[in-house]
Amino acid sequence: MRKLTSAMRGVAGIVLTTMMSVALAAQTAPPGQDGFKAATAEDLAAGQEHLPATPFVFWAYGIVWLVLAIYVLSLWRRIAKTEREVAALRAKLEVRP
Amino acid sequence: MTAGNRLAPALLIVAAGMFLAAPFVIDTAPYESTMGLVQRIFYFHVPNAVLMILTSTLCGVASAIYIVGRRPVADYVALSAAELTVVLGVIVLLTGPLWARKSWGVWWAWEPRLTSTLIMWLVFSSYLLLRRFGGAGSELLAAAVGIFGAVLSPFVYWSVNMWRTLHPTTSVLPTLPGPMAGPVIWCSVAFVLLYVAVILLRVRLESARTTLERAWLLLEED
Amino acid sequence: MSLLSGAWIIARKDFLVEVRSREMIYTTLFFAVSCVLVFAFAFVPEGKPIPNAAAGVLWVAIAFSGTLALGRAFERERQGETLRALILAPIERASVYLGKLIALLALMAVMEVLLVPVIGLLFHAPLARAPWLLAGLLITGTIGFASVGTLFAAMLVRAQSRDVLLPVVLYPLTIPVIILGVQGTGLIFAAEPNLALAGNALSMLLFFDAVFVILALWTFAHVMRD
Repeated sequence: MRKLTSAMRGVAGIVLTTMMSVALAAQTAPPGQDGFKAATAEDLAAGQEHLPATPFVFWAYGIVWLVLAIYVLSLWRRIAKTEREVAALRAKLEVRP
Repeated sequence: MTAGNRLAPALLIVAAGMFLAAPFVIDTAPYESTMGLVQRIFYFHVPNAVLMILTSTLCGVASAIYIVGRRPVADYVALSAAELTVVLGVIVLLTGPLWARKSWGVWWAWEPRLTSTLIMWLVFSSYLLLRRFGGAGSELLAAAVGIFGAVLSPFVYWSVNMWRTLHPTTSVLPTLPGPMAGPVIWCSVAFVLLYVAVILLRVRLESARTTLERAWLLLEED
Repeated sequence: MSLLSGAWIIARKDFLVEVRSREMIYTTLFFAVSCVLVFAFAFVPEGKPIPNAAAGVLWVAIAFSGTLALGRAFERERQGETLRALILAPIERASVYLGKLIALLALMAVMEVLLVPVIGLLFHAPLARAPWLLAGLLITGTIGFASVGTLFAAMLVRAQSRDVLLPVVLYPLTIPVIILGVQGTGLIFAAEPNLALAGNALSMLLFFDAVFVILALWTFAHVMRD
């Protein structure tokens, strides 16, 4: 709610860098996009392997793990911080006359 | 520490283990006939997307309960669900284009399912913005957003079946061949465990925060 | 007092205020037309409009000026501290919502009647091709937009940064309605019009209107009780 900030900023930063790098990769990735050419028999046999699939799967799994890990870690830190404050306040209230 | 507080970490550990094992489980499934390797994004993309819709519905139901009865717990659950919807939405909206680039040739297409998923993500992001900047009384406003957002979610589910689009329909899931169904179930269970743990933790955070705020108010009154 | 007669009293109050001052209609109309002029400058190079621009510009202008009107409609109640009085009045709370909605719809209808010819003129849009269908799309689209807008503008009256938060909340929720409106109108205006599909958009809009109005009535009645 109020303290989404640091954690969310972290998530946003990582998501942004990922998107940017993906976008950059996209600009360099597709070879020969400036004209159409008829598919040869080998092309058809190779299917869609013009664009290697491995990086896509790699990135997708990476994003899933990264986003989840960051979110859970941030949640954990927020809980630890808030509960520490609650404990401190409770101690303070008990000490007071 | 109550038993409830120990449940979430335990669930998290099991879910983390399942996620680490997931690539090996997925490796047992055969390649899909036309899409090949890239179809393996499916095993993470689909459970995520399904959970995103379910979480948004949870947010709507909790919001409605909060609006009627004003029980704080309902509000905590709604807020947790909204936050989780946004996180899951980030994953769905990033893994989707990666898959699309390979199998449709484009990163993004303005077709019903993609558009409505994006709209849903925007709605729940606006929910979080409202909670963050709305000040006092924003719980009720946000709850109204949650209800409207949840009503939009069935459209996301049916959008591909109503219109003929690029996106595979929802009937893909029940008709999945056996060797592919195992990994899907594995990943879904991992996500559900994680999801329950996250909701529990988030609710715990929110109630701790409320306690803290009340305590500060009491201190100031003295 | 029935739901509708209560709503009518509230709406008539707003009409009277508006007829005397004419503040909202002048400001929103001026805003909408200047919006369209800016778009015309961008999208009508050398007298030839970009295909499908008219429908998009029309709906963007409606959404923007509608947001302006929404903010203004409740600003008046806030300045006079009168929203509370309305809620406490011996009519059903749903009537307050309906009355406000009717007043806003009337205002937006007047604005659209003047705005649409401007679009037709600047973007060469064939307004006479299917006038009833166009009117239907405009009416249902505006109801969808205004029903959500009235609810959130009323709830935001007491929030601190209401001017920023209203569009933040309103636009994501009403995108489906705006998209359907743009699609439907675009299909009428297109070089190869498809009126059957535009009719589909109209029926989807009707469905959205029903869902939004019912939900908004329910939410308003429960939220505005304190």
